[in-house]
Amino acid sequence: MSLVKKFQEDGNVDAHENEVIGESANVSLKRSENIIEVKGVTKVYDGVTVLDNLSLGIKRGQFVTLLGPSGCGKTTLLRCIAGFETPTEGEIYISGVPITDVPPFKRPVNTVFQKYALFPHLNVFKNVAFGLKLKKISDPTAKKGVRKYTKAEIEEKVNNALKLVGLEDYGHRDVNSLSGGQQQRVAIARAIVCEPQVLLLDEPLGALDLKMRKEMQIELKKMHERLGITFIFVTHDQEEALTMSDIVVVMNDGAIQQVAWPKKIYDEPSNAFVADFIGESNIFTGVMTKDFVITILNKSLKCVDKGFEKNEKVDVVVRPEDIIITESHGNGQFDGEVLSTVFKGTYYEMEVLASDYEFTVQSQKEFKQGSKVSLEIEPDNIHIMKKRLTINKYIGKVVAENAVEFCGGTFEIPTTDYEVGDEVIVYVPFTAVELTDDEEDGVIGANVTQSVYRGTYFQVQVFTDSDDDFYIDTSDEWDMDDRVGIKIDASQVRLERYSPEEEKSNEEEQK
Amino acid sequence: MKKSKSKVFRPTAFAFPYIAVTVVFVIVPLILVLVYAFKGADGSFTFDNFAKVFTDADTLSQLAKTIGIAALSTVICLLIAYPVAYILASSPFNKMAILSLLFIIPMWINFMLRIFALQSILNLFGIQKGFWAAIIGLVYDFFPYMLLPIYTVLLNIDKSYGEASRDLGANSVTTFFKVTLPLSLPGVISGISMMFMPVFSSYAITMTMGDMSSNVFGAKIATLFDLHNYGYGSALSFVLLLLVVAVMFIGSYFSGRTAKTLKRGKVL
Repeated sequence: MSLVKKFQEDGNVDAHENEVIGESANVSLKRSENIIEVKGVTKVYDGVTVLDNLSLGIKRGQFVTLLGPSGCGKTTLLRCIAGFETPTEGEIYISGVPITDVPPFKRPVNTVFQKYALFPHLNVFKNVAFGLKLKKISDPTAKKGVRKYTKAEIEEKVNNALKLVGLEDYGHRDVNSLSGGQQQRVAIARAIVCEPQVLLLDEPLGALDLKMRKEMQIELKKMHERLGITFIFVTHDQEEALTMSDIVVVMNDGAIQQVAWPKKIYDEPSNAFVADFIGESNIFTGVMTKDFVITILNKSLKCVDKGFEKNEKVDVVVRPEDIIITESHGNGQFDGEVLSTVFKGTYYEMEVLASDYEFTVQSQKEFKQGSKVSLEIEPDNIHIMKKRLTINKYIGKVVAENAVEFCGGTFEIPTTDYEVGDEVIVYVPFTAVELTDDEEDGVIGANVTQSVYRGTYFQVQVFTDSDDDFYIDTSDEWDMDDRVGIKIDASQVRLERYSPEEEKSNEEEQK
Repeated sequence: MKKSKSKVFRPTAFAFPYIAVTVVFVIVPLILVLVYAFKGADGSFTFDNFAKVFTDADTLSQLAKTIGIAALSTVICLLIAYPVAYILASSPFNKMAILSLLFIIPMWINFMLRIFALQSILNLFGIQKGFWAAIIGLVYDFFPYMLLPIYTVLLNIDKSYGEASRDLGANSVTTFFKVTLPLSLPGVISGISMMFMPVFSSYAITMTMGDMSSNVFGAKIATLFDLHNYGYGSALSFVLLLLVVAVMFIGSYFSGRTAKTLKRGKVL
């Protein structure tokens, strides 16, 4: 892990805390309870960090979903557990046994692949029997104490597995003559017939149409209850994750953002990313005036949170369905005008402009476009989260008078107190960064990775070619994956002398 | 409004030149061969030429020997080409197109030139003209034709099949024999059909590199034509042609079946 990256996580309180695993939040778990233990796993491909010092414990028998946008590292994590990828650093344990260097065919896990990967040269029965034919089972009466399954045993097990997935009469069928949903079932049967301790599912429902997907979601859930084994399910579909799982692991940028049960993820997202990714949200930047009082959009509201520093800047999330919308009575928390109304089947979704902020509001009652309304938010529906990061922080080097090199570029910054060659910490406020449409206009180039509306401005996250993140507060929205240039307003940048030893001791203190 | 048909430009018109070429250079010669095959020495219609093909012990033993030579050289070529294709198709080599190019480049050199060169090289190693030199010549000459189809198929096998196999408890060796090899069969079959039948008539190689023991069927036909025995020579050619067609059909039946399975499997 690069030092720069580590720095940026200073403000990222929840990233590596497995604060909640199951309902028994703070009880220290015995190792035996965790069937899978991922410890400090880092995976680097061609210099790109896909998994970043990631740790996770998964309890036996749970349905755990790894959720995140594409490229967040969820599939890589699954493949590390399956054994198709070897972590660059870190250890993975299954039932307490380190398996990082164990090849996939010796691991007590089986995988349902994204595109099923059914063997096209074998029929359904032979596909399902593939693993059984290779399996050795202990039998004290046999030579060497192990033997293979007999033909009759294989037939019974395969037929049971096919029955479980509802395909009992399909054994002789060519796998290619099956529909997507049926192929999916064969893939599941093929994996569970081997009686794995953990079943890994890599976006298995992605190729199915909506109706089929809903059906399979319910079936998978039932199957999980019947089999009682651990399921690790990878998806980018937040609704799927919330409906199916016991525990949801939200990932982004190769790091875990939050681990919790679905309701908690939805009601108490640990940071703005989770809030934005899971469901729709109104996200504000607020100031914690004092315990139980939050100021957003220049309004002081009651809330149920405390323990923040006085006047600490925080992220505030309010779900659209938690905003009470009524005809304007003039003294609501926010008074405004409906900009648009869309019927969504069971509710209306409205955009309401109030206090210069576009609220998204959901209600059973329709308010026509242009009507004056009042908005109210109950204190316990105001979710307050520590800001992930309040300043960009990098390590740089003074390369000339008035020039500091960091993140792969040389920026013009006054360096009065420093000598050429000094290593410095560069603090760049979110507002000091300017993005340029043309990459050439900036000092360094980057890709836009996220753009979150924060009520009055956008917080944009970009990823530079040097593998560093920049956060920018700007009035413009930037499209995902756009190439942009980065310029920095030198007057807002602060430098500090960098000494590695000091940093190290600071880190240890924090631990 | 209905347009008159003659005014509509039809793309099938493009096919006419090809049809003409095919008729002149394929159909007409074939008919000529057939005509000669049924013509006796006196110019009358006869079945004698064909009768002789199936009764002449010398011809039949020559045919058997040719099948033997073709089978042997094809098997040897397959045994060498498959591992090479496998290595070229697997990482990290699959990103180096230049490597597979190295095996293809000889195809661009005149094959007689290659054969003479090979002969000189074999001489250096003390291998004289003869049966095994001829086999080496055949294997060498047909190697790219065997390599390419296998390489292409192996390169296109979805990696997830191998992963699924390993996931289900198969080690690398089992995975190869139970998954990779069966899935690469279409390439193997097309490689075999690109080599096995052409060997029958590739007497230039066997005559240059070998001796009497390695003479293939094609050599006999050439000799007959040299002796102006067109009737018997044409009958032999025609029988050979039927054999080729039969083998092609069998080959394409198998590879077609596997290929179809593969294709559907991938598209889902």
